[in-house]
Amino acid sequence: MKKTLFDKVWDAHVVKEMKDKQQILYIDKHLIHEVTSPQAFNELEQRGIPIFRPKQIVATADHNTPTQDQHLPVKDEMSRNQLNQLNENCSKNNITLYDLGHKYNGIAHVMSPELGITQPGMTMVCGDSHTSTHGAFGTIAFGIGTSQVAQVFASQSLLLQKPKSLRITVNGKLKPGVLPKDVILYIIAKLGTNSGTGYFCEYAGTVFEDMSMEGRMTVCNMSIEMGARGGMIAPDETTFNYIKGREFAPKGDEFNKKVAYWKTLPTDEGAAFDQEYHFDAEDIEPMITFGTNPGMGIKINESIPTEDNASFEKSLAYMDFQKGQSLIDQRVNYVFIGSCTNGRIEDFRAAAKFIEGKVKADHVTAWFVPGSQQVAKQIEEEGLKDIFEQAGFQLRQPGCSACLAMNDDKIPEGEYCVSTSNRNFEGRQGQGARTILASPLVAAATAINGKIIDITKQFD
Amino acid sequence: MDKFTKLTSSAIPLEIENIDTDQIIPARFLKATDKKGFGENVFRDWRFDKNGNVNTEFPLNDKKFSGTILVAGDNFGCGSSREHAAWAVHGYGIKVVVSSFFADIFKGNALNNGVLPVQVSPSFLKSIFEEIKKNPDTKIEVDLEGQTITVLSSQQSESFEINSYKKTCLINGYDDIDFLVSMKEEVEAFEKARVE
Repeated sequence: MKKTLFDKVWDAHVVKEMKDKQQILYIDKHLIHEVTSPQAFNELEQRGIPIFRPKQIVATADHNTPTQDQHLPVKDEMSRNQLNQLNENCSKNNITLYDLGHKYNGIAHVMSPELGITQPGMTMVCGDSHTSTHGAFGTIAFGIGTSQVAQVFASQSLLLQKPKSLRITVNGKLKPGVLPKDVILYIIAKLGTNSGTGYFCEYAGTVFEDMSMEGRMTVCNMSIEMGARGGMIAPDETTFNYIKGREFAPKGDEFNKKVAYWKTLPTDEGAAFDQEYHFDAEDIEPMITFGTNPGMGIKINESIPTEDNASFEKSLAYMDFQKGQSLIDQRVNYVFIGSCTNGRIEDFRAAAKFIEGKVKADHVTAWFVPGSQQVAKQIEEEGLKDIFEQAGFQLRQPGCSACLAMNDDKIPEGEYCVSTSNRNFEGRQGQGARTILASPLVAAATAINGKIIDITKQFD
Repeated sequence: MDKFTKLTSSAIPLEIENIDTDQIIPARFLKATDKKGFGENVFRDWRFDKNGNVNTEFPLNDKKFSGTILVAGDNFGCGSSREHAAWAVHGYGIKVVVSSFFADIFKGNALNNGVLPVQVSPSFLKSIFEEIKKNPDTKIEVDLEGQTITVLSSQQSESFEINSYKKTCLINGYDDIDFLVSMKEEVEAFEKARVE
């Protein structure tokens, strides 16, 4: 039978078929962080169940960490306690932890790929919905709740029903100034925030084939924003070259053997999907969002649509935007570049390329937050830090930061923030904050101009 | 986990689509290391303004609505995987959430905490909202064994889907951990077979 990439990886991990379509799925790698793991550790301790495979778990501190003065004790008592608990739980159970300040510390979905932990054909989970990021490697990776974190702790497996399959094909060549973030924002704007629910999505076509691993990760990362538990891209030479030589990647003969296996993973010609969508690269422009879910996106020079629907109107009222309004020239006081969506080296390169030789608008507060210590190091080594500093920007220390604003990086009430993160929900970046999602290029242009500009004009 | 078989209650209507888990429990409340206390902060920023004043217009604060059933607009629980959202709903005393569509992760998290997500057709959802508007005391009966939801005043009824394993778990208050631990030998055999 012809199989999809998803089928091949899923089927290779089924431990046992149960009745009523339930399957026990084996999990290769489990990433954990401070926010969604403590209750799972407690649960197991209360029941007297040991951690089954501690060596397959990797922990990092990312969600609730400060992005300044990381060498000092964390000021907020509850945050400090949560981070301490992660530390204690990991040392008690022999789990590798990249704690604050460790050279490998960073956002789980930035750290794991760059260390070569994420590999094609694996199953990976994490108590975080953006675990879908790792699908960029041809990995089945998805977010789980804390009860499931406890289940994986206890058994290295989960009881699941196989999701349906969906393929989104985008062919053609992207226009200048159109970044992977624009591609996924475009797709979600077209399909809506629940079109992927119940599905695992494969992204196919020349646009994704031509993309770097960083770009593929940005795309897969936001699969959950259209409801899909995960998104995948077939592994190819780009994937193998990215993995080769990384800290925990297989080495020598072992690597070659793995590559031979990874090459068998792409979807068979003629394999059937439950749902398919096709888009043309030429139709995609730089995108921004105007509402309070990631599906409420428009091309940067389009006007806000007119829709008569109470939820739509509630959303616009929150954002203080009008139907039919253009967002060009909208004054913006806050810019955030970072997160598991766009906190990788390529994102900072894209921002630096625009920023070089320019100066930040006086009224803008911009937070540039690398996704990991390794990205921070690279930013410095490549001289990007100097470019940012000369333009008046300050580089922060790694973490999830203003993407979910659990730490002090909160956007004040009523303020707009052009953000490279993944969610523009009400209050996501702070109580009353208004988030406009965009690519690192659009974010950088906003930070320089102090307002949203029509970036497409720079490429005419 | 709480057991669930049958429930008759009035309901709280939340006629808003795409309610995400950041609304159900904002991220600043995720610093706790246990499951307690989240109910107090469910829908925090809709229930209270930033100075802590009660928003009396919000249905959860509106005295005419009460009960342990929450009826919400399409695509309830989208966004983050935070199980804190399910703990907050459960902690507030909600036993059933009714919507025309649920986000995957929230649905699973709810089931793992004894909260039953009941997916109904968009037209049935609309009629529930209308009935509650007419009479806020409208009683709704949710029968897990029979997999039916009935608006008692109008006798409108619909059946709902639930995986039979999950149904058994809810009725008996079981969760997946014990089951998965009981499968240890199979998991070990799988690991061994993969290496060979």
